[in-house]
Amino acid sequence: MMYFSRLKTALVVGACLLGVLLCVPNLAKAPAAFLPWRQIRLGLDLRGGSYLLMQIDMGSVIKERLQAIGDATRTGLRKGEIAFSGLALDPAHNELHLHIRDADQIPAALKIANDELDSTATTPEFTVSAGDNNEVTITLTDGGIRARELAIMEQSTDIVRRRIDATGVIDPEITPQGDDRIVVQLPGVSDPNAIKQLLGRTAKMTFRMVDEDASTTAAAPPDADILPMADDPSQKIAVYKQVDVDGGDLTDAEASQDTQTGEWDVNLRFDATGSREFADISGANVGKRFAVVLDNQVIEAPVFREAIPDGVGQITGGFTVSSATNLALLLRAGALPAPLTVVEERTVGPELGADSIRAGALSLLVGFLLVVFFMAAFYGLFGWFANIALVANLLLMMGILSVFQATLTLPGMAGILLTLGMAVDANILINERIREEVRNGKKPIQAMQTGFERAYSTIFDSNITALLAHVMLFAFGTGPVRGFALTISVGIGTTLFTATLVARLLMVRWYAATRPTVLPV
Amino acid sequence: MFIRPLFRLVPDGTKIKFMRGRFIGLAVSALLSTLSVILFFYPGLDLGLDFKGGIVLEVRTPGPADFNLIRKSLAAKGVANAEVQRFGADNEVLVKIESQKTEAATQSTIDTARATLIASAPGTKVLEADAVGASVSSELFRKGLLALGISLAMILVYIWFRFEWEFAVGAVATLILDVTKTIGFLVITRLQFDLVMVAAILTIIGYSTNDKVVVYDRMRENLRKYKTMPLRELIDLSINETLSRTIATSSTVFLAALPLALFGGASLSAFALTMLFGIVVGTTSSIFIAAPILLLLGEHRLRRDIAPPKPAARKK
Repeated sequence: MMYFSRLKTALVVGACLLGVLLCVPNLAKAPAAFLPWRQIRLGLDLRGGSYLLMQIDMGSVIKERLQAIGDATRTGLRKGEIAFSGLALDPAHNELHLHIRDADQIPAALKIANDELDSTATTPEFTVSAGDNNEVTITLTDGGIRARELAIMEQSTDIVRRRIDATGVIDPEITPQGDDRIVVQLPGVSDPNAIKQLLGRTAKMTFRMVDEDASTTAAAPPDADILPMADDPSQKIAVYKQVDVDGGDLTDAEASQDTQTGEWDVNLRFDATGSREFADISGANVGKRFAVVLDNQVIEAPVFREAIPDGVGQITGGFTVSSATNLALLLRAGALPAPLTVVEERTVGPELGADSIRAGALSLLVGFLLVVFFMAAFYGLFGWFANIALVANLLLMMGILSVFQATLTLPGMAGILLTLGMAVDANILINERIREEVRNGKKPIQAMQTGFERAYSTIFDSNITALLAHVMLFAFGTGPVRGFALTISVGIGTTLFTATLVARLLMVRWYAATRPTVLPV
Repeated sequence: MFIRPLFRLVPDGTKIKFMRGRFIGLAVSALLSTLSVILFFYPGLDLGLDFKGGIVLEVRTPGPADFNLIRKSLAAKGVANAEVQRFGADNEVLVKIESQKTEAATQSTIDTARATLIASAPGTKVLEADAVGASVSSELFRKGLLALGISLAMILVYIWFRFEWEFAVGAVATLILDVTKTIGFLVITRLQFDLVMVAAILTIIGYSTNDKVVVYDRMRENLRKYKTMPLRELIDLSINETLSRTIATSSTVFLAALPLALFGGASLSAFALTMLFGIVVGTTSSIFIAAPILLLLGEHRLRRDIAPPKPAARKK
């Protein structure tokens, strides 16, 4: 216990030096790109910035999918001349019900439903079953829903990232959370309004023909929708459900100003598929109106004057410079597969962030000095050994947090400070034990030896129980509070090393150098 | 100070008979905890934004803030029931708005409120703007309670595993008493109960357990060492032997948390005040609650379990 081999000494000192080395990158920018330069990152509460938690509206996706299945079934059954009634969606149970008039036709209907909806996915997306009273039920399977949700999650995260990248925010962090949420962290953004608006639109654009025969005041015919105009929602226009060209087939969109009228519009360029579709539809419908539909609103409904073969188009809809730029940005980034809503926003302005850094740093400094002074006054030389171990502890903690590029939050700074207060507990246990052994009449070396041995199991047990509580906090906490749990958990780990090994090494060296007959306890 | 210790907080070889006060300790603790539980139901905790949902904005105006103007302009923009108050300096304004019916309404309200506040006086800076929707707040609350429950369960299992079940039950019962008192403290001080407070309570649990484990550890050791000493004397002896350490450690943790309470800013000082309270409760409860519970539970059992009796009896 009271002997350190050269190797062990070197290892302990080496670990401390490594800790110092790992802290260095926090002091300056990387001098050269090839160096592994890992820094502690500041949380949004210290740096200033905006945290948005976005919820993906999966329900609407399921409903949309059921709608599509319903439409396909309806078409299929009509083609197969099977009489049915009461086709109704039940999105709450992911189901679709319909009633077949003639019981003999049920097997045929089941076959049609299955064929019509056949998906190539490995997991079947739905099941079709016949129940009492000629009722047929189509149910989306859990596996199918799960696969769809995963795909939507991935796609949404990707599109959110593209939209935010286009705004020029530096170092944004976009991470999926759970099954249906996306966390967006925007350092330096103190007014997230513009970004929230950008993310609040699905930006699904379609080009559809206008149904000139339908009345916009009566109910919509089955193959058309009655949609409001974007610039004046009281004006309605009937548009076929059939999508002729999809906004997903765009390769580019940019805002430009008409040199003659001074109006802003958005220039579009379609990819090969989009260009072909656009050429076909425009060629077949010269002289007829088509509608540019964005998020269920009609931006404009111009007439095809001629066939458009080159896949280049322009939307004019009374845009301002910012609305044209935003629309172009949204179209370039792509449409969101499902609507997003912000369910949590936390914004910290740069002033408060700077205040918090000052408050945290001051508390850390004062708290550190108080603990150091107490240990020195209460234990003398052995207290100073504990203090040196405490500094080593702090450096190692910082080093480990740097290596993992952990995020330091204001509660995280509180965690560091409390760790300092708790870390000396191990030294206190050891020192008290040594005192007791001295009182029991042990010689210095024996007192130190027994003191360390006896204190060890206590140190271990008491730290493990404290660690349990903080690991739970890390697992269930969110945001800055996790930063607190993280620093404390790391701190407990480093404490086990420094308070025992580093302090012991110092004592052993001191004893070997001075050979005292009485311990200063 | 550099070689010899300057002072001692506890003289050597104290022989305080703590267990004499065991019924008083338990009774006072039970009373305080019962009162806290009553306070928890009425008037109840002041739930913060994290758990209640809603909107909180903090702004700093260039000159002294005109609170009436801010109230009026918010009302004019349709932001109803906004609570506008001063916090800290006279140019710092805190605006609280209750949870809205839908997430979309919450979002439009915070955007309107932010714009209104910035427009109310040129040069106004938004220090902080938070909006928490109803679904998120209930989820955060559930997760917070879950973290508390699981930590207690894990501590119970760990101590059971490392010591005897009497120790584990004593520790967890004491922890529950500590937590209820902390909640009573929060109700009385009207400190807001939010995620940071859950962190504070978990830290108190961690600290308090740590303290109990140290005392228990000494009891376990003494049980082996003094095979014939009555449990009551043995517990007193163990507490006296660890007293200096108990006071030293609670002092260092107290000293570390103190600057946070003084300079840590609004949210951290509430956290640190709760911690300071918890340190006092956690330290005293090791002596006056955990030890008496152990004495009651283990009066006859622990002696039989641990002291190895005659060799013949050891073979089962």
